[in-house]
Amino acid sequence: MEKPAAPRSFQEIILRLMTYWSSKGCAVLQPYDMEVGAGTFHPATTLRSLGSQPWAAAYVQPSRRPTDGRYGENPNRLQHYYQYQVLIKPSPPDLQALYLGSLEAIGIDLGLHDIRFVEDDWESPTLGAWGLGWEVWCDGMEVSQFTYFQQVGGHDCKPVSGELTYGLERLAMYVLGIDHVMDMPFNDPASPIPLKYGDIFRQTEEEYSRHNFDGANTEVLLQHFLDAEAECERLLAFPAEDPNSGKRIVMAHPAYDQCIKASHLFNLLDARGVISVTERQAYIGRVRALAKKCADAFVTTTAGGWRPEAQA
Amino acid sequence: MPELLIELFSEEIPARMQGFARDTLRKMVTDGLVEAGLTYGHAQAFSTPRRLVLVLDGLSTESPTLREERKGPAVTAPEAAVQGFLRSTGLTLDQLEKRDDKKGQVWFAVIEKPGRAAPEIVAEVLEKTIRSFPWPKSMRWGNGTLKWVRPLHSILCLLSDDTGASVVDLDIDGIKAGATTAGHRFMAPDRFAVTGFADYAAKLKAAKVVLDSSEREAMIWHDATQLAFAQGLELVEDRGLLTEVAGLVEFPVALMGAIAEDFLHLPPEVLQTSMREHQKFFSVKNPKTGRIEGFVTVANRETADHGATILKGNLKVLSARLSDARFFWEHDLRVVKTEGLEGMGAGLANVTFHNKLGSQKARIERIAALAREIAPLVGADPDQAEKAALVVKSDLRSAMVGEFPELQGLMGSYYARAQGLSEEIAAACKGHYSPLGPSDAVPSEPVTVAVALADKIDTLTGFWAIDEKPTGSKDPFALRRAALGVIRLVLGNGLRMGLGRVVSKIFNQRANIATLGDWVRETELEQEETKSALYEALINEDLASYAEGHEAKLAELASSFLGGVKPTPSKHHGQARQSSSDLLSFFHDRLKVFLKDEGIRHDVIDAVLAMPGNDDLTLVVKRAEALSAFLKTEDGTNLIQGFKRANNILTQAEAKDGVEYSFGADVKFAEAEEEKTLFAALDAAEAALAPAMASEDFATAMAEMAKLRAPIDAFFTAVQINAENPIVRRNRLNLLSRIRQICQSVADLTKLDG
Repeated sequence: MEKPAAPRSFQEIILRLMTYWSSKGCAVLQPYDMEVGAGTFHPATTLRSLGSQPWAAAYVQPSRRPTDGRYGENPNRLQHYYQYQVLIKPSPPDLQALYLGSLEAIGIDLGLHDIRFVEDDWESPTLGAWGLGWEVWCDGMEVSQFTYFQQVGGHDCKPVSGELTYGLERLAMYVLGIDHVMDMPFNDPASPIPLKYGDIFRQTEEEYSRHNFDGANTEVLLQHFLDAEAECERLLAFPAEDPNSGKRIVMAHPAYDQCIKASHLFNLLDARGVISVTERQAYIGRVRALAKKCADAFVTTTAGGWRPEAQA
Repeated sequence: MPELLIELFSEEIPARMQGFARDTLRKMVTDGLVEAGLTYGHAQAFSTPRRLVLVLDGLSTESPTLREERKGPAVTAPEAAVQGFLRSTGLTLDQLEKRDDKKGQVWFAVIEKPGRAAPEIVAEVLEKTIRSFPWPKSMRWGNGTLKWVRPLHSILCLLSDDTGASVVDLDIDGIKAGATTAGHRFMAPDRFAVTGFADYAAKLKAAKVVLDSSEREAMIWHDATQLAFAQGLELVEDRGLLTEVAGLVEFPVALMGAIAEDFLHLPPEVLQTSMREHQKFFSVKNPKTGRIEGFVTVANRETADHGATILKGNLKVLSARLSDARFFWEHDLRVVKTEGLEGMGAGLANVTFHNKLGSQKARIERIAALAREIAPLVGADPDQAEKAALVVKSDLRSAMVGEFPELQGLMGSYYARAQGLSEEIAAACKGHYSPLGPSDAVPSEPVTVAVALADKIDTLTGFWAIDEKPTGSKDPFALRRAALGVIRLVLGNGLRMGLGRVVSKIFNQRANIATLGDWVRETELEQEETKSALYEALINEDLASYAEGHEAKLAELASSFLGGVKPTPSKHHGQARQSSSDLLSFFHDRLKVFLKDEGIRHDVIDAVLAMPGNDDLTLVVKRAEALSAFLKTEDGTNLIQGFKRANNILTQAEAKDGVEYSFGADVKFAEAEEEKTLFAALDAAEAALAPAMASEDFATAMAEMAKLRAPIDAFFTAVQINAENPIVRRNRLNLLSRIRQICQSVADLTKLDG
């Protein structure tokens, strides 16, 4: 079999992953239009891993971890980065092989590299979720997380979803042989206007690092957290019957948006250093409570596997 | 006799669970087969990251037919009784037999359980094993409900003998047992059929899978040491890592690389820990420089470029990891040079140690106060001990320990030196956690000993006070280990301290605070505002008020609010006494376990613990060792017999007469020569014993006692204690009491067995 040529840029690696997972039958989605800490927060993963409906989606998700900001100076750490996320429900029996195929697609020659599946159990205290799986090592470097979801939002996953998460910058730097993320070609280096990762993100890393550590107004953030929390609960308290349309409409997604907001606001507050160790657990518990309520609501919707006839 | 081969083929099994899984598979299957009536010769289990394997030879082909006879009711018994018997045996009346019994004719049931063929039993046992396998964590996958450690892909289950092999008929949630398996994931992924274990092992080997984990370990160790040796270097031994790495690969290939020059100045422990924890690398030492200069990584495959790409990738990751480590190291050094370890540890005020025992900072302040108090008892300077205690845990807030918790203490010692603190304090940082186990070395530097003792005693008294003691197998706060640590510190350094006094003082301080708190809550104060302010202050901190180590602050609070009223002793003080004696018994229990391992008998320890001063553990052990050695001599065992005889006669006489014979034996009432000799011997023994006891030379004391053996034996042979003459009798009983007194001076010999 002919081995694919080596990719030349960050975006080419993303495009190849898109093409690959598209060819394997995944719906190629777009990023969720909100600030999230990881691709798992996208409702295409969190909510869609619940209930009995089959699902297969792949997408890039810009992710923010305010505490990881290093003003663009650290070669590997960013407060804004990209995750590539694949979620297939039920997890297919050949998911490991499918995953290895994706590594070949982005130019990793499995005949020359050492790929290992090393135990790593995943748990998200804010989402009330856990699963078992591995971190995948390529020559000793973690290139992906591979997880079989067992529980999300406090609900047992039946069937089980298989989730793959690629840390795109790290993976691409490895494949392209780059030592500092800011030096990584974003588009093809032979383009009329070649752009490096740093040309696009160095300044924003500086701006957001300053914002996250010093600029963000903590009083406002605290208030927003309370607002999001209250709004989430208010939306879920509506009766399922919508008087305008006469339909059954549970506002699981709009409520979940508020849960995502609360989670990100918590991350910002954490980066600002205004949350003590004891408060930290309490905040995480509050976000988890919202995530659980949203999950409870989602499983009473059609996409969550709810069928009117089953209720009769 | 057939051979049974089982392979459970799955996605990658965590390395740390493989040993457990091998043992469990072997035990569950063999137990199940034996219980069902089969026998087997030899069983062996293997594991790789993707397979669990069991092979049994000499398996019997079927279970024996079982015949059971059961006696039923009499033939004349009521109908209901007969029906009940039929129900319980599952037979009909015409299948029962009438037999003669002592009381007439009774029904007998003869139940035959036919034997079952091995394949049927194997299928049943294996299914049960898979469905109930006690993985530490297991999962579902896809649409299924079956649980396994990771998705289970295939089951190989084969019975074979000289005539051929047959697959055991078994289907678990759609996974049908077969005779095939697959080779190495990358080097030989195709599936192939096997006919028995020999064939299986040979084909796996050809398919680049080394089945036996101990063989993989041997390969790794051999290749890695050779690689190092070839360059004049040596591999740092790490058994745990070797086992783990052998559980991560089916075909190990060792590759060696060098650590870049920029990182060689990092502490060797940092290099080693970073490489082991993050990348599972072995460290390679240069014997000439004594530094860690290289590493060995173990890949799971051979490649056309002989591992060049793999090694290059690993080097890149290593360099990123060590850059992080260097960043932590330099960051921490900057912090200690500007703010000192005190500044580094400031954040410990926000870290909870235990919600009823306050913050880490509060705990450290308690330990510091205690270390100061203990210091004179261990020959340490109180100022140094206190100062050390205040900084020994600061490295918990360092970036390096945040990343590598196992480097706690060690990093503290590096940072203490960098800050220019005394060598004693640096040593205390590293050593105050010791000893961690029964075989761990005991520190001897006095400042370290003071802090180590204070740390452990604070932990023990704290958890005792909030009633979180170990029960049965549960000891979540490792209190048994802490107590053993105290014991080993005391004994290892020959320390003389009354543990009872140390701990009761701590419990009393707690009681004082609690009493004060109660008093404030209960007292009617004229000014409601003042009361609520003080109440708040106490409630808010509650036990943490003690934990903050602020007894003085509280007393000051009370006096400023209340005009200096001192609380009187309360129920809390009773509780404190209880806790003290309870904790002391805990120490004694741990001491018994410890001394038992040292070969000292249980009853010897009891005899010694019955003596005063039993909270001075060094004294206890001195006595125990002398007594233990004494009991191994012939004189010793005989003297004990003599003592016991004297004591029995005396105890009986005392019980009968209702008096205590303890004084006034006079040689002038002695009649027999043996009696006079004994008087003389006792006088001599007493005279010799006094200086020996004063200098705690128990061996000499017991040797002196041993000299009493012959006179005592002779006395008992020649003399009748219960003489006709009451004066003579009383004199002899009082004489026996002198034997008792002398013999009881080292230990309470009545506690000895036999």
